[in-house]
Amino acid sequence: MNLRFGFPQPLLSFALLLVWLMLAGASAGNAVLGLILAWLLPLFTRAFWPDNPAIRKPWKLAAYALRVIADIVVASVIVARLVLSFRRSPRSAFVCYPLTLEHPLGITMLASTISLTPGTVSADVSNDHKMLLIHALDVTDDQALIDGIHKRYEKPLLELFQ
Amino acid sequence: MTFAAELIVSILLVTGGAFALVGAIGLARFPDFFTRLHGPTKATTLGVGSIAMASIVYFFSQGQSAGVTELLIMVFLFLTAPISANILAKSAMHIKVGIMENTRGKPWDQ
Repeated sequence: MNLRFGFPQPLLSFALLLVWLMLAGASAGNAVLGLILAWLLPLFTRAFWPDNPAIRKPWKLAAYALRVIADIVVASVIVARLVLSFRRSPRSAFVCYPLTLEHPLGITMLASTISLTPGTVSADVSNDHKMLLIHALDVTDDQALIDGIHKRYEKPLLELFQ
Repeated sequence: MTFAAELIVSILLVTGGAFALVGAIGLARFPDFFTRLHGPTKATTLGVGSIAMASIVYFFSQGQSAGVTELLIMVFLFLTAPISANILAKSAMHIKVGIMENTRGKPWDQ
């Protein structure tokens, strides 16, 4: 198949079609327009995606998303309590997180997850993509935080990309 | 609209509003830039999330569309909120804003 005019990223094309149908409403005309967009947009933006995101097991994304949403709710309550306990000053810290993920998309997803779960914001990634700098709002044990992130988020992401 | 739907919608709206308020309080009361960053990121995720959920329940109980656009609002928020937080943190580290004293560890230079 001629890759120049094919679907370089089937998953991205599928997501584009789905989003288009959700935005514009599901009808035959919108499906055709969505298919055209799903075909053209990945071709135009190919220069920004040097290597194909290699998500091997897309169906595991759903389980991962559910876990992240549950964690957001739990962690939000914890942080809300911290915000409202006016007497205590937060014990914040910068924590260096050693990455085992190698794929840029995987690192992005991990960093986004860390930022989304309240209480941690990923601030930066080192130039060699081996370390993630995390700012934690209220933490006493850095190692426990690192282990927790590794176990809850990075392991599932590693499975996703292998 | 049935009573159950009304109840769910109002609970979701109040929770969403409460979390947005807590996020704003956090923004106002925390001592330095990096801790303040945590307030707004939380307000967007859970606050806007539950308000969008309330909208889904409301329009569903009215017998209209099942609220796919609200789902998209949430998806796009969840995609963009971490990026803006990340860019803010990066630029704060770049211009070396003050960090409160009892912070352990320090931002790196590169």
